[in-house]
Amino acid sequence: MATIRLDNVKKSFGKTQVIHGVSIDIADGEFIVIVGPSGCGKSTLLRMVAGLETITDGTVEIDGARVNDDEPMDRDIAMVFQNYALYPHMSVFGNMAYGLKIARTPKAEIKARVQAAAKTLQLEAYLDRKPRELSGGQRQRVAMGRAIVRKPKAFLFDEPLSNLDAKLRVQMRLEIHALQRELGITALYVTHDQIEAMTMADRMIVMRDGVAEQIGAPLEVYENPDNRFVAEFIGSPATNFLAPALVPEAPAGTAWIGIRPEHVKLAEAEGASLTGKVLHIEALGAETLVHVVLADGTHATVRQEGHLPKPAEGARVGLAWHLAEVMFFDTQERRLR
Amino acid sequence: MEKRVTFKGWLLPLVLLTPQLLITAVFFFYPAGQAVWQSLFIPDPFGLKSQFVGLGNFEFLLNDPYYRASFATTAVFSISVTLVSMGVALFLALLADRLIKGSGAYRTLLIWPYAVAPAVAGVLWMFMFNNRVGVVAWYLGVLGYDWNHVLNGREAMGLVVVASSWGRISYNFLFFLAGLQAIPKSVIEAAAIDGARFWTRFRTIVWPLLSPTTFFLMVVNIVYAFFETFGVIHTITAGGPQQSTTILVYKVYADGFVGQDLGSSAAQSVILLIVVGLLTVVQFRFVERRVHY
Repeated sequence: MATIRLDNVKKSFGKTQVIHGVSIDIADGEFIVIVGPSGCGKSTLLRMVAGLETITDGTVEIDGARVNDDEPMDRDIAMVFQNYALYPHMSVFGNMAYGLKIARTPKAEIKARVQAAAKTLQLEAYLDRKPRELSGGQRQRVAMGRAIVRKPKAFLFDEPLSNLDAKLRVQMRLEIHALQRELGITALYVTHDQIEAMTMADRMIVMRDGVAEQIGAPLEVYENPDNRFVAEFIGSPATNFLAPALVPEAPAGTAWIGIRPEHVKLAEAEGASLTGKVLHIEALGAETLVHVVLADGTHATVRQEGHLPKPAEGARVGLAWHLAEVMFFDTQERRLR
Repeated sequence: MEKRVTFKGWLLPLVLLTPQLLITAVFFFYPAGQAVWQSLFIPDPFGLKSQFVGLGNFEFLLNDPYYRASFATTAVFSISVTLVSMGVALFLALLADRLIKGSGAYRTLLIWPYAVAPAVAGVLWMFMFNNRVGVVAWYLGVLGYDWNHVLNGREAMGLVVVASSWGRISYNFLFFLAGLQAIPKSVIEAAAIDGARFWTRFRTIVWPLLSPTTFFLMVVNIVYAFFETFGVIHTITAGGPQQSTTILVYKVYADGFVGQDLGSSAAQSVILLIVVGLLTVVQFRFVERRVHY
């Protein structure tokens, strides 16, 4: 259990800078998710905390101590890799006990701790098996087990669920979250999946091109994005971006207005200030997504409850919203408040 | 599950296998059969007729102290060659594995010795260590060591081991490097995060995962040391001094083609065949068990 502090952390590979100064104070026991599109530097940032990548500039502190020059083994952290990185020649028990053996933990204690972890992760029946004899979900659990038996200062997760199928992913997401809460160990979790970010994070770091675009609690980020990228990346379907002329009340300097699909309502075309043509409809059961093309060619998405009447494809509809729910962005795509 | 191609009839598979079977028959089974047959005879000095002696040739060989000594020499030689060539190759591969820039050039340069024919390699090393004109021998002399492998059996053995291992290092290096690079990087990183330092990682992760490669190379290198080092030994020491570098395969040649004892030579090659067969079986049965595939 530990606090982690990143202070203006930067990374360059040769002349290319990939992380442009990220700072965050992570409290003890906090679950931080780093989310962003692929290539945004989120894994690199995590690997710098792990000690697998050198830190070009800035400071990484664990429990108040600067660890920039410490080897991974001296940082007392545990990591779960995307491909699990299990030791293929060792049994499940051997995999989980490896770190403890190296730390010269007494045999009886190793056994007790591995057994306890195996019980938590429902792996008791598989302790003698080799990783190749396990399913993807079980391998994932072994990787988790290897991390938790050591009782490290922090967990680092590098897209741990992306190799699992959708159903298992939901289940493991809940389990990882519950486990982290139960153990109270600080966690840093990298993902490109905004649903994982929204559901697991105490706070999340939204990254793009090596820059932390916004740091905050998931709902806070969702409801109050700092810029156009965050508004677009977080939330599915993505926020609609429309021409500023559609909202006369827009403040000066507005280049874009943004409005979330669930905040747009369909209305009668007659008398509506904004109309469009229905392109197609995705009925998902609980909700319906109506894709509309406006007169100026922009596309907009309306999300409505599944039980509401659905317009016909090709029909003309009006669009309405509350002014309070409209977001304004300037030419630099920054939020105007 | 391995996907197998299945044939409907017998004809096509037979046709496809015939070239390989023919080559094996002509170049292996026929001469091997001849050797077995000849090992039962003693030809007269002029090669006009031969006399059937049953297992007499074998009986004589097994009681011959020179032949027994040759067994010991072969054991020392092949174990040394295998250890030296694999050890050095593994060390170089471990270094090259950490290399990112220039690894292509490094690899290419390291492969070159493999392209040198054993006899040529032998001559090269012989000249470097020659007591009168050798560069290395001269420097050793400057350091106060009088190197002369023509008189000193141990030095001769050392030199043929080094010369035989030299070309082999390239070959082993390539396999070790490929083996090292086949180990997922994340597994090594996971071990590092689990607290293992370089040597612990090597001992507990890299070496076990490399063991299929190591095992394969061991078999190949021992067979190499048994047979293909003939050229090196012939050019450097010709089996001397005092037979101290006469390995079994060299004795087959020396007794048969120099000593003209064709019966004994044939018997020796039969014994050699059995020894290598047994070695391979032993290796596969006992060493393979500890190999993680």
